[in-house]
Amino acid sequence: MVDAEGGLSLTIARVVQRLRGSSLHSQLERQARVSPGPAPALSTGFFYFTGWEKKLQNAVYSELNVFPSPCHPAAPPEHMKEPLAYMRKAQGSWEKRILKSLNSMCTELNIPLAQKRPASEQKELLNKWNEMGTDEPDLSLFRPVYAPKDFLEVLMNLRNPNYENGEQPSFRNHLGLIQVPLKVKDIPELKEDFSELGLNIGQLGIDDSAQVPPEFFENEHVRVGQKVLAEQDSAAAQQYVRQGCPTALRAELWALILNISNQPEDILYYEQLKSNVIQHNLLVDSLIYKDVKLTASNDDYYFVFEDYLYQVLLCFSRDTSVLEHFAYSSATPPKSYIRGKGELQKSFCFVGVIPFHGFSMYVAPLCFLYHEPSKLYQMFREMYVRFFFRLHSISSHPSGIVSLCLLFETLLQTHLPQLFYHLREIGAQPLRISFKWMVRAFSGYLATDQLLLLWDRILGYNSLEILAVLAAAVFAFRAVNLMEVTSLAAAEAVLADLSTLKVVPLLQIFLFATVT
Amino acid sequence: MAGKVKWVTDIEKSVLINNFEKRGWIQVSENEDWNFYWMSVQTIRNVFSVETGYRLSDDQIVNHFPNHYELTRKDLMVKNIKRYRKELEKEGSPLAEKDENGKYVYLDFVPVTFMLPADYNLFVEEFRKNPSSTWIMKPCGKAQGKGIFLINKLSQIKKWSRDSKTSSFVSQSSKEAYVISLYINNPLLIGGKKFDLRLYVLVSTYRPLRCYMYKLGFCRFCTVKYTPSTSELDNMFVHLTNVAIQKHGDDYNHIHGGKWTVSNLRLYLESTRGKEVTNKLFDEIHWIIVQSLKAVAPVMNNDKHCFECYGYDIIIDDKLKPWLIEVNASPSLTSSTANDRILKYNLINDTLNIAVPNGEIPDCKWNKSPPKEVLGNYEVLYDEEMAQSDGPDRDMRSRSGQSTGIKGNRARDSGKPVLTTWK
Repeated sequence: MVDAEGGLSLTIARVVQRLRGSSLHSQLERQARVSPGPAPALSTGFFYFTGWEKKLQNAVYSELNVFPSPCHPAAPPEHMKEPLAYMRKAQGSWEKRILKSLNSMCTELNIPLAQKRPASEQKELLNKWNEMGTDEPDLSLFRPVYAPKDFLEVLMNLRNPNYENGEQPSFRNHLGLIQVPLKVKDIPELKEDFSELGLNIGQLGIDDSAQVPPEFFENEHVRVGQKVLAEQDSAAAQQYVRQGCPTALRAELWALILNISNQPEDILYYEQLKSNVIQHNLLVDSLIYKDVKLTASNDDYYFVFEDYLYQVLLCFSRDTSVLEHFAYSSATPPKSYIRGKGELQKSFCFVGVIPFHGFSMYVAPLCFLYHEPSKLYQMFREMYVRFFFRLHSISSHPSGIVSLCLLFETLLQTHLPQLFYHLREIGAQPLRISFKWMVRAFSGYLATDQLLLLWDRILGYNSLEILAVLAAAVFAFRAVNLMEVTSLAAAEAVLADLSTLKVVPLLQIFLFATVT
Repeated sequence: MAGKVKWVTDIEKSVLINNFEKRGWIQVSENEDWNFYWMSVQTIRNVFSVETGYRLSDDQIVNHFPNHYELTRKDLMVKNIKRYRKELEKEGSPLAEKDENGKYVYLDFVPVTFMLPADYNLFVEEFRKNPSSTWIMKPCGKAQGKGIFLINKLSQIKKWSRDSKTSSFVSQSSKEAYVISLYINNPLLIGGKKFDLRLYVLVSTYRPLRCYMYKLGFCRFCTVKYTPSTSELDNMFVHLTNVAIQKHGDDYNHIHGGKWTVSNLRLYLESTRGKEVTNKLFDEIHWIIVQSLKAVAPVMNNDKHCFECYGYDIIIDDKLKPWLIEVNASPSLTSSTANDRILKYNLINDTLNIAVPNGEIPDCKWNKSPPKEVLGNYEVLYDEEMAQSDGPDRDMRSRSGQSTGIKGNRARDSGKPVLTTWK
């Protein structure tokens, strides 16, 4: 272990280094130069009165939230990505598999991974930028590179070579599908972590329902929310949203937590990405197109935003700043070269996030909050590099999909053993049903208002563990019906429609009101 | 219970028939004794026509008012609203207040509209004031987007009137009146697409006025990106949101049918524009519905055997002002998607619960005030009797927007209790 002091100075050094390269730094420099007064312009007063104190505070806070605490100085750099060697290896071979299938698709269809568009096509695309949904290219030959269930197969086969769990089932075995020993939280620990979801604490999603007079909780909560926004304090906002965001304040509060401000240079950056899309055609574009057509375009809630989804996702596939997240992700960006372009290759290759079936559902709910494409884009990118990437890469991180699966299975096995055993016996392993919910962070399964209340808590706790808790809570809620089914198909039918569920009461009851 | 309700319908829709059968009602033919007749607007004309002289007895109920067209024909609706405004103005009502441009502050909710050919000269005068405007021509008596076209030049309308005179259908087309309305060319767009609102309103009596608003309305989206550009004037997929029209577009999706629930709209608007403006918008929508009903109430034949469920079409502009486009007497009961089917089944169910209390043989002399437990997804939109007996000081629901109509500011401004809702 790194001793506390050493860890702190390492962290400080890293944050300082990161901020030095940021646009915030250059802005600050500019302002310090022009600000009148004696030489020591950067006095405490300057920081305080110009609002720079808050801006810097929020930037530091954001860095601390995104990057993991530093490992021991002697640890090899890949430990920051993933400390367990077998996880790294598994992720590596999974990536190889995806890339292989991507390449074989290219060969089969005889199309390059990336190519420059002819001028006429560029012009056409520019003209229909806002209505790409009306385009109907023939995508029948394209198929999603993988679907959540393919990924589940991979996770089921994960093994820790240093851990003897034997092939014979015994009481010591985990009876679920995930067979790697990772530490996951039990209910008492979760109660402590999610203490703001407690029964005695006001919650949006419960205490704002029509039966509860707004004087009881809602009015005051909205007032506090406005105050948090006025203060522009990221940390306060993050604490605040644990009890849920009022609908009208959510867009701004989320942006504050993620430190997104949509400055002119951000808009410019987005425009650059857009011109990259116009200039180059990537194989992933077709995959994105196909995914939107297969998912969001058919969704009762999200079909309206089809065109926004193309804009955001196509830009995302060209955004090299997304590459930064690979520093702390177990994944490694695949390399794609544009033949003969040498120097230029880096800026045009896709950034290594290969959309799977359902990927566009990470963006869709955000369309309810942001109608300017550039802001929508930044919000999605930040959500992705903070949270969503963990849902489709193999790692031992507590918010990683492996831990979430294990947490889900452990919660069910511990607290609903009869149900777990029954479903397992009839060949309906619960994880086979809940996996897709978690991989998509429940997007497309819950009603949008409920989904946003759930994502409030993801942002508030800076953790995805709530997804596993909710998945278990859904099973608990439908337990009576599930005990009666006798097949996987019947169990799936019981859980097919989650759109009527109320997320917050489910979470609260599961964590705090179930006798354990 | 004295026997089963005997029902007839000339609209063979499963959402109707399933609802009748669920109640254990008995199907009879129209020549037999019936208690409940869900009929088309053609049939209602015959039932109440002078020639047939048909008299309904106390245990018979029908789903239209005899002269519903005062509200549901585009030309008559506009005429009635114009008359209503003038009357209020004459009375010196604060509701008829006008702003500095001569527009009604509270009653300007129908796009400027003229009858053609009758008001042709008035139209030309208005057109010349603003020659770059686009106008929409609609035949008075048709529905589902039939016969509609857009114009933006006077020459187009001259050509149209020439063509219709010289065509071989002279007698038919000369009878057919058109309305021409200023086209809302700055509609609110969501995801870049144009939409309108379809809201269901049930009227159980006009005098006193008692009406209910169905909570589960929806937005109907155009499949094609909206463009105000005049080059697309002929592309009706851009402009008309009627499902009957959109269904023929290439991009029509049979899973959601281009329909978005009103709760989605509210979530989106509250998230992107804020709570206050969203509540104001929904309050104004309720307001214009009530005003349109008040405008026709004096001329409506308030037959006690009748109730009616209307489909209101409303367009919201980019300043979040709602515009009443038209009212349908026979909102489509065809289900385009699974959700649509559930919605329409429930709509009919809730409508019957209010119109035919307990599903028993009706007595049309009942007081038509059902207990609130049977309202289902309906909410009282306006109840004239209660509004009068309660007076202006009635505590308005503070959780605005969830159910209420016009309240707060406007009610105070006008010094009149205009609209409140009671739960």
